[in-house]
Amino acid sequence: MVIVQEATFDTGTEIKHLTDRNTQIGAVVSFTGLVRDFNDGSAIQSLTLEHYPGMTEKELEKIETQALERWDLTESLIIHRYGKMDLGDPIVLVITASAHRKDAFEAAAFLMDWLKTKAPFWKLEENASGNQNWVSERSSDIDAAEEWE
Amino acid sequence: MKILYFAWLRAQLGMAEETISLPEDVNNLHDLIDWLRARSDVFYAAFSDMDVIRIAVDQEYVTENVPLKGVREIAFFPPVTGG
Repeated sequence: MVIVQEATFDTGTEIKHLTDRNTQIGAVVSFTGLVRDFNDGSAIQSLTLEHYPGMTEKELEKIETQALERWDLTESLIIHRYGKMDLGDPIVLVITASAHRKDAFEAAAFLMDWLKTKAPFWKLEENASGNQNWVSERSSDIDAAEEWE
Repeated sequence: MKILYFAWLRAQLGMAEETISLPEDVNNLHDLIDWLRARSDVFYAAFSDMDVIRIAVDQEYVTENVPLKGVREIAFFPPVTGG
């Protein structure tokens, strides 16, 4: 399932919802991305995520479909937030559940690597003096995504 | 046809979206980019380096020149930085 929302989320609650009463699941892996207080050596005060409503959901669904084709997953969930976030706030959540750990581990890594380079989101950082900066893409993210090609 | 701009491109152009009637001599994506560049210095500067601009036609990524006949929505944006 794919959810794009402004509101925050709780990783623990989402894992519980996804795995509750499903006794086929033997392994659940989650990744939560948080707003950290630095980027490229500069201090950050807040982060705003802009996205492309409509295309964002489509791209995330395509990425999830890929994961479901490549790995044996019982459940999967992607939540990605947009809007203004404070330090420490969760930005993105990926949960994968499977019978055995390998599928869940690999699929979760794949989902994150692909969504970082394909889902139309953009980060705008703000520092303590109110200066804003659009985050640049990282070549390490592109390399990580290409390893799954 | 609707054109959308995101992130620094939106900020630089001072516009998130616009609806245009395609001029007769604008048949494909490359024509459209040339036409946008010719509009003003601001547009010219924003579209000067296409290596830093990604394009979606009807919400699908495109990397090649494509015909615009029947297209409803085109989006221009920087490389994505979510996650």
